[in-house]
Amino acid sequence: MQSKRLGWILLAPTLVILFFFGVLPFIYVVYVSFHQWNPFAVNPEMVFNGADNFRQIVFDPAFLKSVGVTVMFVIFAVLSELILGYVLAQAFMRDFPGKAIFRTIHTLPLIMAPIIVGSVWKLMTTPSIGIIPHFLDEWFGITMNIGTSAPAAFATVVIMDIWHWTPLVTLTLIAALVSLPPDPFEQAQIDGANKRQIFWHITLPMIAPAVVATVFIRLMDALRTVDEVWMLTGGGPGSATRFVGVHIFKEVFPKTNYGYGSTISVIVLYLTIVACWLLYVTMLAPRSKKD
Amino acid sequence: MKKQNPIIGIVFWSLISLLTLFPIYWLFVISVKPAVQLFSTPELILSDPYWGNYAKVWGDRLLRSYMLNSVIISTGNAVLCTVLGFFACYALSRFNMSGKESIFFWTITNRMAPPAVFLLPLFLLMTQVYAVGDWNLLDTRIGMILVYCTFNLPFAIWTLRPTVDGIPKELDEAAYVDGASPWKVITEVVFPLCRPGLAVTLILTWVFAWNEYLLAATLTNFNARTLTTGLSEYVTTTGTEWGVMATISVFTLIPALIVFGLVQKHIVAGLTFGAVKG
Repeated sequence: MQSKRLGWILLAPTLVILFFFGVLPFIYVVYVSFHQWNPFAVNPEMVFNGADNFRQIVFDPAFLKSVGVTVMFVIFAVLSELILGYVLAQAFMRDFPGKAIFRTIHTLPLIMAPIIVGSVWKLMTTPSIGIIPHFLDEWFGITMNIGTSAPAAFATVVIMDIWHWTPLVTLTLIAALVSLPPDPFEQAQIDGANKRQIFWHITLPMIAPAVVATVFIRLMDALRTVDEVWMLTGGGPGSATRFVGVHIFKEVFPKTNYGYGSTISVIVLYLTIVACWLLYVTMLAPRSKKD
Repeated sequence: MKKQNPIIGIVFWSLISLLTLFPIYWLFVISVKPAVQLFSTPELILSDPYWGNYAKVWGDRLLRSYMLNSVIISTGNAVLCTVLGFFACYALSRFNMSGKESIFFWTITNRMAPPAVFLLPLFLLMTQVYAVGDWNLLDTRIGMILVYCTFNLPFAIWTLRPTVDGIPKELDEAAYVDGASPWKVITEVVFPLCRPGLAVTLILTWVFAWNEYLLAATLTNFNARTLTTGLSEYVTTTGTEWGVMATISVFTLIPALIVFGLVQKHIVAGLTFGAVKG
């Protein structure tokens, strides 16, 4: 009906902005990743060194450690969030007064800036002023110091993540559970299936797409997480909570190791693109087929 | 579903709500305590609030300028993203452009990428490439407004697409038959009909921009510094001003909470890129 030119004109500002602030940085970081470059070193020149950075990264214990810590974090946090979120979503399916209020309260953490979540938990867990170490000490005689104890710091980050993101899982699963058809459940009850059989053979397969989608979203978030952890522990003590995002930040800014930092960025970006693609295939593609 | 005593549900969810609310409550408690009281035995019930930290934060010219920057940057960014996102959605919805679905998916990948990856190239580009003479984009409000587009513009496009697709094409065609120009059709026919979707997009992009920390911490020094970065400036190796930190957190939290009340039903759709309709 109309010229396609108008369409491109309307799309142009978006494409231009995303090109200059999304694509160009990406190309730039790929370019820099093949160089050795530390602008504040004795030799501030950018030196082409082929795939040396990529070779180095495979044997870099600090990077591998950060990947390992990230994986551990994802397993502990996401698994807890899924179990807790499912229990909460099921509890929400029954009727009781005040549901809307409870739902609103439960959603609150989602709106909070990650940096604020970090500072809230810092206020609660820092030794000498934090309420959690204080009562742990008073009631159970446990000393908790996230500044020196690696397990304590790691556990705190995991619990903080559970507090922050379980509501997302709960709400996603409520949406999934509400949309389930009642027939298979009634049929299963008539056939005499017990609760566990119903869960494993009917509920779980039917909500699986929502679960998978949630896992991928949380996975990508875990690769992105910097703010909260940076605020709470700064990646420490040692490298206990030095997740990939924090690791890149530390490599690039305090160390000004631009070439190598770019290489890590490219690898992480690659992992993210793979995750995005999986997300698209599992979650978004089936949905658009239905439409 | 099953009939059950409603008391169980209420008790269970009250406990959960207590766990959810406690950290936020505790933030407020710390913010109304003088520094000397912080190290004494913690009191769970608030008594005798002290408003000195609030006076201090509000009286600090630097923090007030951070607040102003936050307001300008998030508002500017939210308006820009909503308007450009709307135009893009109109183009994607109404025109048969080749590869438009690929463009649609590609936009969201910009949002999925970890921000830590983009810090360095953006820093370098803004200091060296996006510069005219001595002036460059680093540490400017307009620079931050544009940088925040990398995550908010794709989000705006993805949340607005169903809204724009839902406006019947016949309405546009009828207006064209009446002799309206394309600009008039977009601004006076389609735009008003999309108002509810536009409002949600505007508010959610505003909150995302308001809450952003990492990019602001790296790409601003002083002139365009935002409230969230001001927060981390009170954590130093020589000691942390806990009360002030808590107070700035409360200041950052309140606007987000207020707008949250307006769109809480849509927050899940927002955080799952529109895949789940909360």
